Amino acid sequence: MDLRSKLVLNGARVAFVVAVAAMAAAPFLFSATHIVLLTEFMSMLVLAIMWNLLAGYADIVTVGQHAFVGIGAYAFFGFTALWGLNPYLAIPLGGLVALVISVPTMILVFRLRTAYLAIGTWVVAELLMLAAGKLSAWGGGSGTSVPISIILSFGSTRGDRLATIYWLAFGLAAVAMLVTYFLLRSRIGIGLTAMRDNEEGAAAIGVNVTYARALCFLGTAPFLGMAGAIITLQKLRIAPPASFSITAWTVFIIFNVVIGGIGSFEGPIIGTVFYFLLRQYLAGLGAWHLILLGGFSIVIILIEKRGLWGLVRRVLSDDLIPIAHKPSAAFVTATKAASGPAAIAETQEPAS
Amino acid sequence: MTAVWINQILQGVMLGGLYTLFATGLSLSAGVMRFVNIAHGDFIVLACYALLLLTTMLGLNPAIATLAVLPIAFAFGFGLQRFLLQHVVGDNVLLVILVTFALSIIIENGLLEGFGADPQKISGGWMETATIALGHGINVGVFQVVTFAAAVILVAALDLLLYRTGIGAKIRAVSDDVAAANLIGLSSVRIYAIAMGISFVTVGVAAGFMSIWTNFDPASGPTRLLIAFEVIVLGGLGSLWGSLVGGVVLGVAQSIGGQFDIAWQIMAGHIVFLIVLALRPQGLFPKY
Repeated sequence: MDLRSKLVLNGARVAFVVAVAAMAAAPFLFSATHIVLLTEFMSMLVLAIMWNLLAGYADIVTVGQHAFVGIGAYAFFGFTALWGLNPYLAIPLGGLVALVISVPTMILVFRLRTAYLAIGTWVVAELLMLAAGKLSAWGGGSGTSVPISIILSFGSTRGDRLATIYWLAFGLAAVAMLVTYFLLRSRIGIGLTAMRDNEEGAAAIGVNVTYARALCFLGTAPFLGMAGAIITLQKLRIAPPASFSITAWTVFIIFNVVIGGIGSFEGPIIGTVFYFLLRQYLAGLGAWHLILLGGFSIVIILIEKRGLWGLVRRVLSDDLIPIAHKPSAAFVTATKAASGPAAIAETQEPAS
Repeated sequence: MTAVWINQILQGVMLGGLYTLFATGLSLSAGVMRFVNIAHGDFIVLACYALLLLTTMLGLNPAIATLAVLPIAFAFGFGLQRFLLQHVVGDNVLLVILVTFALSIIIENGLLEGFGADPQKISGGWMETATIALGHGINVGVFQVVTFAAAVILVAALDLLLYRTGIGAKIRAVSDDVAAANLIGLSSVRIYAIAMGISFVTVGVAAGFMSIWTNFDPASGPTRLLIAFEVIVLGGLGSLWGSLVGGVVLGVAQSIGGQFDIAWQIMAGHIVFLIVLALRPQGLFPKY
């Protein structure tokens, strides 16, 4: 690794740490408008991290993850507005309900493979959205507003509420990132990374592919559910087409991850940042906004299937957040002794 | 009372014909190229808008307009496969899913930008309103019967094409084993493109019937994709005649569900699909 590359990389890592610290303290630093935007950012980031874990590593390309966001929203409303539970408790319970529903969903859709599975998850999401419209206590097809008393329990002033809800979203995003990091660093994560690169190969060397896929599918559901509950706190409304919105909770998320870099830890973060920056400029374009995002995704896939982060990694020698286990110094020396400098150059190439 | 149910089932069977039309192209592309074109439903809707332009601006008869669209549809499918999708097919199915997904969003929003969100419909003339009385108060629309017949003819024609012609044999060879087909001198790239072209011809046919049967708007595509997908999974992947049965099962389920409550119409279709998937994941008539 040459010195300049090392400097750039460490500079980027310092910038990342500073950014995370700034995000943790955001309510003290930024105006209310920005906090609203950042809360939305954190919620989208959670969804992006989860979709990337499924599609980028576990080979489960779901087009139905908005189902669990909607379930979280509806469960949160049920626990608070209908049964009067503590709203802070209702958020993890929303995640729990999503987890419970993900079990039969998984059993059904795992009968299908790849692209068939993708549409299978979509069918389940459609069905759940239609079923949500049948719940009259939840306002039926047109939905209903979250009662004021529940909103007030997050803070008596608007500033307090925005800060509390922001920290909830930030906390969830932070937990999602940490869990993903430790999962990918673990034994299961090594298996998942192997599956990402070659599923049959991974299965052949003893990775329990079925177990790893099931773990990811069930593991992402509670995060999506909790994100759904927090999103409800921002929208202050539940309604089948909005709470189970495929455009908002699946389409944008897929584009973000694909553009940022699918199958990398940094991809969802970069993609979500990119999306929010782009949105500032494209918001006035209406439908063109989505056309451009779609076109840009296709171009990215054709140029570099690992997205923007894949392009950056062509220049950078290492990941921003190192997930991969490095070969030990002894291994490198042994390889060097065995086959000369050429082998070393190869081991240092970024895995594609 | 019995007449009401018989009537409802009969309408469901006819609807199944339309659903089979949605599904045949998807079945072909999924069977040969081993990927699911997520934009399939949106391409059907795109073809509906093409027909709308031809019938309103040029004043063409819908049947002639549909025939005029078919060669364009073939060329479009051929080009799409050859110049875009071919670059992403391979061992990683993820990329094709993502590209066709992005295409689906581009088409939906492009149509929204070009035509607005208002529902559109093409008039089928006398055929649309004419009915055949079967006695006991049971009536069936002439257009519905024609659609069902078209579905049977389309499935039979594809069956003949795949199993009785040279190009059909080549398509099946590439579908069975790409590497082996390339080895014996078949150009899989070209055959894939031809198969996609044929798939798009069925998209044109489906659009011809759908644009008269129901209203369509830019966001109609995903519903059509889900129907087409359910039909091919119900019928058994890769089975052409199975997709006719799958279409009828789905059509009847929706029709009976709709008899209880309009909201149950779509739900009943999805529920029947998931039940069959749970009990018989290989579909009703598996090919393999």
